[in-house]
Amino acid sequence: MSNKTKTEGNIITALFRNQIFIPIAALFILALFNFIVDRSFFKITIGPNSDGNPVLSGNIISIIDYGSELAILAIGMTLVTAASRGQDISVGAAMAIAGSVVLRVLCGTNSRPDELQAPIIVAFIVCCLVAMAFGAFNGLLVSVFKIQPMVATLILFTAGRSIAAWINNNELPVVNDKTFSIFGNYIPGIPIPTPFFIALACFIIIALIMKFTNLKLYIQSVGLNEQTSRLNGLNPAFIKFITYVFLGLCVAVAGFIKVSRFSTINYSVTAKDIEMDAILAVAIGGNSLGGGKFKISASILGAYVIQFLTTTLYKFDVNSEALSAYKAVVVIALVVLSAPIVREKIAAVFKKLRSPEKAELKS
Amino acid sequence: MKMNKVLAMATSMLLCGAVFAGCGTSDGSSSSSSGGSSKSLIKVGIINNDPNESGYRTANVNDLKATFTKDNGYDASFSYSLKNEEQINYAQKYIQDSVDYLLISAADTAGWDTVLKDAKDAGVRVILFDRTIDADPSLYEASIVSDMDKEGEQAVDWLKSQNLTSYDIIHLQGVMGSAAQKGRSGALTKTASDLNWNIVVEQTAEWNAEKAQQIVQSAIDANKKFNVIYAENDDMAKGAVAALDKANISHGVGKDVVVMGFDCNKWALEELKAGNWNYDGQCNPFQSSYIVDIIGKLEKGETLSEKTIIMNEKGFDATTITDEDVQNYGI
Repeated sequence: MSNKTKTEGNIITALFRNQIFIPIAALFILALFNFIVDRSFFKITIGPNSDGNPVLSGNIISIIDYGSELAILAIGMTLVTAASRGQDISVGAAMAIAGSVVLRVLCGTNSRPDELQAPIIVAFIVCCLVAMAFGAFNGLLVSVFKIQPMVATLILFTAGRSIAAWINNNELPVVNDKTFSIFGNYIPGIPIPTPFFIALACFIIIALIMKFTNLKLYIQSVGLNEQTSRLNGLNPAFIKFITYVFLGLCVAVAGFIKVSRFSTINYSVTAKDIEMDAILAVAIGGNSLGGGKFKISASILGAYVIQFLTTTLYKFDVNSEALSAYKAVVVIALVVLSAPIVREKIAAVFKKLRSPEKAELKS
Repeated sequence: MKMNKVLAMATSMLLCGAVFAGCGTSDGSSSSSSGGSSKSLIKVGIINNDPNESGYRTANVNDLKATFTKDNGYDASFSYSLKNEEQINYAQKYIQDSVDYLLISAADTAGWDTVLKDAKDAGVRVILFDRTIDADPSLYEASIVSDMDKEGEQAVDWLKSQNLTSYDIIHLQGVMGSAAQKGRSGALTKTASDLNWNIVVEQTAEWNAEKAQQIVQSAIDANKKFNVIYAENDDMAKGAVAALDKANISHGVGKDVVVMGFDCNKWALEELKAGNWNYDGQCNPFQSSYIVDIIGKLEKGETLSEKTIIMNEKGFDATTITDEDVQNYGI
C-alpha cells in the first residue's frame, strides 16, 4: 500500500518536472474549455471544395493546418535558443525574403506569367540556399563576432522586408499555376491539408537527426557552458553557426508554405510578428530562453498551443480591440507556469502534500 | 539562380553597412543641370514614405515620379523615410537648397511646426499630400487627402443599393486604429445599426489574407449564415474567398455571397472583372494631378479657394467595370 502511494507521488512529481507536461496540459485545458462551452468546436466535416476535391474542415483541421509554419519555425528556434542563449528575431522578415525568392524564380522577370518560368523544385532549392545564407549571416555575427543574438538579428529584422520587396522589384507577383498552390492547400484527392504533411516530415527528420547524431549533446553542452565544451574538444562557434543555418532552412520551408497558400506575397504583412510566436512556442515548451537543455517536441506542441488559442479566440468572435489582450493574458499564464522555477516549486508542493500521508500510512 | 543568392547577400551586406553607419537614406536627388536651363524649371522637393510600405505607396511614388520630370518643367528631388525625424531633416535640407515647393507626405502628424515656419520664412511653399499634419493651416498652401469616411460610405451605399433580401455580414477589419480601418468600419457600423443589418462576425484580420481566411473558416465551421463579406482591403477579401472556395460556397455576381474589397489592386480588379468579387473601393494614390493643378494656380498668382482638397475616389461594381478601368485604376 505504502509502496503504491510512493510511486504515485513520484509519478506526479515526475510529471510536473517533465518539460513536455506544460504544453500538453495547456492543450488539454484549452480543449476542455472548448468542450464545456461548445462541443461543436471538435466537429469535423468532409465536403467538396470548389474544385470538387474532398476536403476535411473543422477547427481541429484549421489548427493543424495553420499551425504548421509556426511548428516548423519552433524547431529551428529551439536549437538557436539552446546553443546561443538568445533568439533570432528576424525569422518573419527572413520568411518574406524566402517567399519572395520562390516567386522570383517561378515568375522570372514578369510578375504575372501565364506559365512557370522554372520547376517548383528549383525554386524551393534556391529559396533554401538563400534563407540558409541569411541564416549563416546571422550565425556569423553571433558566433564569430560574438554579438548578442537579438541585436545581431535586429539587422535583418529591420532590413529584411525591404530586401524581400527589392528581390521582386517591388512588384507583387502572382503564380497562376495550380501545382504550386498544392503545398499550402490540398493535394487533389487527399482531404488533409498539405502543410501538415510537410510539418510532419520536418518533425520526423529532426527526430532522426537528434536520435542518430550527437548534435543534441553538442548543442546542449555549448549552451550550458561554452568554456567546458571547448575544453572537451567542441568548437562552440561552429555549433552556434550551424544552428542558425538550420533555422534558415526551417525559415525556407515555412516561407515556401506561406507563399504557396495564396500563390502571392505581401511584403509588409506576410508572416508578420511570427518571430514573437516562435519564441513564445519555445517558452511555452518549457525550454529555458537562457540556453542549455532543450526539448524540441515540447516546442512543437507549444506552437500548436498558440494556434489552438488563436483558433479558439476566432471561434468565440472576441472583440477586435480586445483580441491581443485576451491572447496576452493566456500567454502570460502559460509562460509563468512553464518556467522551470515554477515547475520545481509545484513539484515540491506536491511532494510536501504527499509526505504527511506517507508518514500516516507508515505508522 | 545563383545570381539571386549572390545579389541577395550583397544587398544584405550593403544594407547592414547602411544601418551601422546610421545613414539609411535613399536620396535619389537629381542633380540640377546647367544654370541656364534650370532657371525655367520649378524646383520641387518631395518627401514621401518608403515605397516598400505597400502597393498603395509604390503606386503613389511611381505616379509622382512620372509627373515631376524635367520634360514637364520640374527639377524634382525625392526623399523617402518612414521616420518623422528623418523626414524633417530632409525638409530642412530642401529649405537650404531653396526649393520653390516642398511636397510632404508626413510619417507622423506631430512635430512639423518649426520646420514649416522655417520654410515660410525662406519663402518655400509647402503642399501636403496623402497625410495631414497637426500644424497651423497658415503654414502650408494646401493639403490633398483621401477621405476614408467617404470611401466607407460609398461602399456601404453601394451595398444598400443591392437590395439584398437579408444582410448577414462578415466584417473583416484592418489594423485597429488606422485611419483606413476607422473610416471603412465607421460607415458599415453606422448603417448596420440604422437598417438592422446583421453583423455575423466582426473581427480584425490586420490586413492579412491568412488571418482573414481563418476567421471566415471559423464562421463556416460554426455553421454561421452569411451572405456578405465586407473586407477592408483586397488581401483580406482574397483570404475570405479562399475559405469560401474551400467550403464550396459560391461568391461573386449573382452568387450566394457578395464579396467587397478596398484599395483596387490590379489583381483584385481582375477578380471583379471575372465576376468572382462584387465591389472594390478605391483609395486614390494618384495625387500628382491635384498637386500640379495647385502649383499651376500658385504660379499664376491665384489664390486657392480651399486649403483641404479631398480627392475623388471611385468604387467599382463588378457588373460595370471595364478593361480600361482595370488598366487605369489598378495599382
